[in-house]
Amino acid sequence: MKCQFCEKPATFHITELTEPVGPQVMHLCEEHAKGFLNKEASPPMTAIASALAKQLGGQSGDALEELDQKECPVCGISFFEFRNSGRLGCPYDYTHFESDLRPLLINVHDKTEHVGKKPTRSAGTADSLAKMIGLRREMEEAIEREDYERASEIRDEIKAMEDPIAPPSTSSDTQS
Amino acid sequence: MKRDADFDELARYRGEWMRGEGPESDIVISTRIRLARNLADFPFIRRCSDEDRLSIERTVRARMESLTDQRWKSAHYVDLEPLSEIDRQLLVERQLISREIAESDGSRAVAFDAAEGYSVMVNEEDHLRIQVMKSGLDIKNTWEQVNRIDDMLEEVILYAFHPRYGYLTACPTNVGTGLRVSVMLHLPALVITEQMDRVFRSMQRINVTVRGLYGEGSQYTGDFYQVSNQVTLGHTEADLLALVGDEVAPRIIEYERKARQALLKNNRDDLHDEVSRAMGILSTARKISSEETMHHLSKIRLGISMGLIEQPDVKVINQLFLQTQSAHLQKLQGRVLGTAERHARRASFLQHHLAGKDDATWN
Repeated sequence: MKCQFCEKPATFHITELTEPVGPQVMHLCEEHAKGFLNKEASPPMTAIASALAKQLGGQSGDALEELDQKECPVCGISFFEFRNSGRLGCPYDYTHFESDLRPLLINVHDKTEHVGKKPTRSAGTADSLAKMIGLRREMEEAIEREDYERASEIRDEIKAMEDPIAPPSTSSDTQS
Repeated sequence: MKRDADFDELARYRGEWMRGEGPESDIVISTRIRLARNLADFPFIRRCSDEDRLSIERTVRARMESLTDQRWKSAHYVDLEPLSEIDRQLLVERQLISREIAESDGSRAVAFDAAEGYSVMVNEEDHLRIQVMKSGLDIKNTWEQVNRIDDMLEEVILYAFHPRYGYLTACPTNVGTGLRVSVMLHLPALVITEQMDRVFRSMQRINVTVRGLYGEGSQYTGDFYQVSNQVTLGHTEADLLALVGDEVAPRIIEYERKARQALLKNNRDDLHDEVSRAMGILSTARKISSEETMHHLSKIRLGISMGLIEQPDVKVINQLFLQTQSAHLQKLQGRVLGTAERHARRASFLQHHLAGKDDATWN
């Protein structure tokens, strides 16, 4: 059996007694088990690790492997990399991995709907956020190949997508 | 904004949150509230190129500088990348930045006000970590201030926000409100009476986390514990503030008060002896580690709160907690010190201040 967080064999089988969801079994290699059992492990990682263990515990090896290979088209992060690090790669991941993240959000927060504060300015849809990140990538590539005209066009496009009240860009806003 | 800070000067003073005043300040050291926010048009830090990080840092700085509010005009903005390790450590000890951002790589920065009441970390785990700290248990004012800063930044920065999941964060454990309400408590009586485990257990069921605070090593030091909300999604900010501020913190405060009363009633002489011995060690030791210092300062702080000793003032003890940590000590000494030298200088610093003298006459 493989470790739930990497390719090494699982040599530790830990039963977590968690309230209120009940016991969860974790299968981990020595390194990840040490991290998990270490009292200094950050609570978020522990929360994510045990939530994912519960969520993915019933999956077959093939299904898990397929999920692990799923990649975000915007930032390129794979689900495996997320499982390994506990950190997502970009805002679009919440859309791209939505069906995989929802059970995890329920495990961690017991809820899936935000009911708190909202920003007065909205960045638009998940697709427009993704487009902005893509444009920024394109702009960096244009700067790299010294195509400053194209870079400037893209910068204007990003600015147009942002709120017009944002201050005009200064020379320190972007690299020259 | 001022593009630097005088670190020697910083090391000499207590920050706003170390005043040792405010509601319940005999037990509650400070209230800290932080908001995690990300820019809409950048990947999260994990997938950022070096250029992305630099671009985020420059964008945020330019946008902050465009704000006209006085609190930004007079703020310090410090680029963390070129700082010496000691200066970064000093900011960690003062809780203006996290240990994680101090030890990470690449372009990163912090903005904070002269009174050290707030700080905004740029490129920590999220692009922005906005935090406000106040002395004592003061949820209402702390929240009002952090919320105002968030509103101001939001005028000039487009945040990553999802209609269903709220403010989007690198770690799904922070998504939604991005809010972490933390109250730092001094709980020596619960530690002495061996009741901390019970407190930990009773808190697990109600969505809060209780953590001991680490010093330089991996030992809990100084009997300080931080209680904070565990969930961030599916509750309003007001609910989370109430959970920590109205429900959990007051309950732990009550436990600690009861434990103190029990100690006074049943073990007054033993406790008085311990407090006096702690005072004796710190006033006469020739070399002492940070952990041992914290341990004895904690006892003295308890002795003052319980009226067992009258001197020194609790403010002096709070200041010693801060200034006997290694980066502070080295800044005050004006040079880098090895471990053995630090232990000797720490002992001398403690003797000097417990005898009622000030920084200026210590060398």
